[in-house]
Amino acid sequence: MTRRSTRTRLAVTAGRLAGWASRTAGRGAGLVVSGRVTNALAPRALAELAAPQRVVLVSATNGKTTTTRLLVAALEAAGHAVVTNPSGANLASGLVTALASTDEPGFAVLEVDEFVLPSLFDALGPELLVWGNLTRDQLDRMGEVRAITDRWRRTAASSPELRIVANASDPQVAWAAAPAATTWVRAGASWRDDSASCPQCGALLTWPDGGFACPRCRFTAPAAAYALDGDEVVDVAHGSVRVKLALALPGRWNLVNATLAIAAAAQLGVNAADAADAMSEVTTVSGRYTRFHLPDGRPARLLLAKNPAGWHEVLGYLADRDSGVVIAVNSRLADGRDPSWLWDVPYEKLAGRPLAAAGERALDVAVRLRYADAPAVVEPDPMRAALLTGGDEVDVVASYTVFARLAGSELATRKDARP
Amino acid sequence: MSASTVRVALVYPELLGTYGDRGNAVILERRLAWRGIAAELVEVRAGAAVPSDVDVFVLGGGEDDPQSLAAEGLRASKPAIEHALDHGAAMLAVCAGFQLLGHSYEAADDEHVPGLALLDMVTVAGADRLVGECVVEPDAPLPLLTGFENHAGRTRLGDGVAPLGPVRVGRGNGDGVDGARADRVVGTYLHGPVLARNPALADLLLGWVVGQLPPIDDGLALRLRAERLAAAGLNAR
Repeated sequence: MTRRSTRTRLAVTAGRLAGWASRTAGRGAGLVVSGRVTNALAPRALAELAAPQRVVLVSATNGKTTTTRLLVAALEAAGHAVVTNPSGANLASGLVTALASTDEPGFAVLEVDEFVLPSLFDALGPELLVWGNLTRDQLDRMGEVRAITDRWRRTAASSPELRIVANASDPQVAWAAAPAATTWVRAGASWRDDSASCPQCGALLTWPDGGFACPRCRFTAPAAAYALDGDEVVDVAHGSVRVKLALALPGRWNLVNATLAIAAAAQLGVNAADAADAMSEVTTVSGRYTRFHLPDGRPARLLLAKNPAGWHEVLGYLADRDSGVVIAVNSRLADGRDPSWLWDVPYEKLAGRPLAAAGERALDVAVRLRYADAPAVVEPDPMRAALLTGGDEVDVVASYTVFARLAGSELATRKDARP
Repeated sequence: MSASTVRVALVYPELLGTYGDRGNAVILERRLAWRGIAAELVEVRAGAAVPSDVDVFVLGGGEDDPQSLAAEGLRASKPAIEHALDHGAAMLAVCAGFQLLGHSYEAADDEHVPGLALLDMVTVAGADRLVGECVVEPDAPLPLLTGFENHAGRTRLGDGVAPLGPVRVGRGNGDGVDGARADRVVGTYLHGPVLARNPALADLLLGWVVGQLPPIDDGLALRLRAERLAAAGLNAR
């Protein structure tokens, strides 16, 4: 249906073969390998494959996979053809594999790594960006938060007709998206520790009534078109109509993700109530929030938390439960090689609960918990750790590569064995 | 608060708290409390003056703009900090916090920002970031120190300032040594946080303030230390 150059067609075929070989060899889904081969053989493939699509790019430190999934649900329910990268393969390789998977023009809703987004922007030619938050994560790979904020801002300024849906409550995002025609969403900030100083002038920010303001240069949270209030989205621009969110996904952070997705869906012609209905059907997102049973029969749930801002939200979720908790942390490239961030999380709040420290950095977790006077079982294998953890239910909260392994194969097998 | 309560001041955690270094203050407070010594963790918020009735100052790493704000606040508080140090207080300063102890450091915009000038040293920006496991070999009684460094700054010590020790793995100040030692002030590039991985350094700082300390169970911390030293290719000693 769409015209692709011979070079791109051959490169896509070669990529699929490489992906098939990788899957056959038991090395995962092969999405990344496949895309790498395609990109290497046809450097223009990404741009060619994106050209017939209406491209929407979703990025953030936390929540980009879920926000993408929720937006896809809204667009599909409205009858649109949507191609997406559901497994979180959000670098150039994963994006090209996703785009090559369809010949049908429609929407391409893609989550993109926050660091590479600016460099892929021109090739993908998005009509809409959705920006959630920017906080510390993988400092060894990404560098510091402000460097990414500056790159995003240059992207926002590069194209005057670019539309952005952005979180007005995050000073980094508010600064980055200011140069574009931006639809602002007031989600309410909960993690402030990466925004002590004004992104515009460097002075110390103040935080009046859930917003932020700079006393020196007057940079402040922009006026929002949509606001999250409890579990309702307020359409401020249209008579403050309220739409109730009835998500199957847990946690306040997913209400924020859904609000961003509703604002984005509205930009693409889907009304908020219909979008909210479609989002309530989403129960897991690429393994996140998956419920399963431990071999001893106890119910368990898998959550992803890979940085202090993410953990801040997860602690809020855990506060309403009396489950045992497994904290599983690796320090591979995709986790960040330095787990010092564990000390920016107030694990003191978990004192008195059954706990386990797991992952390749189980000892870092265990030492952190000891100083929180929250003693833990130390067992690197997260599933064995879950068995050793008390509680009627167990929440397994994992950093990225632990999570990916559990969500990918191990957990799927267990679910089959014990539905 | 009684006069005998040991006050651990975490200085500007919102500005100097990017790399988990607040853990150093938590660790110092807990290690006193576990031994039955009254201790208090005081967070000095950004914009506030640093108090002088402090027993241990803890400064951590931060990003450029916040580091400049921290420099402003510290310079304004210099008399209070010097007063406390003159009366026996100890200080642990990591990464950006360590750089702030010198005459100046070089910010991203090539500006040389004046620091506290507590130590005779300057920091300039390097061409690349130094990122990875780092091991420092300090003088006795301290054993090998393990940490994770992540910084672009290169620090040059003046003739009168001793380093914390030679670097065995990693880069530290960038010229073969890491950090600085002067009286009761310890500066280093090691995150981790450094006191989580190196309980001996925590007790050295606390010993300066409260004297001899009874031992506590450091089994987990010592296992972590041995694991990180092994990851850097060294044996624990």
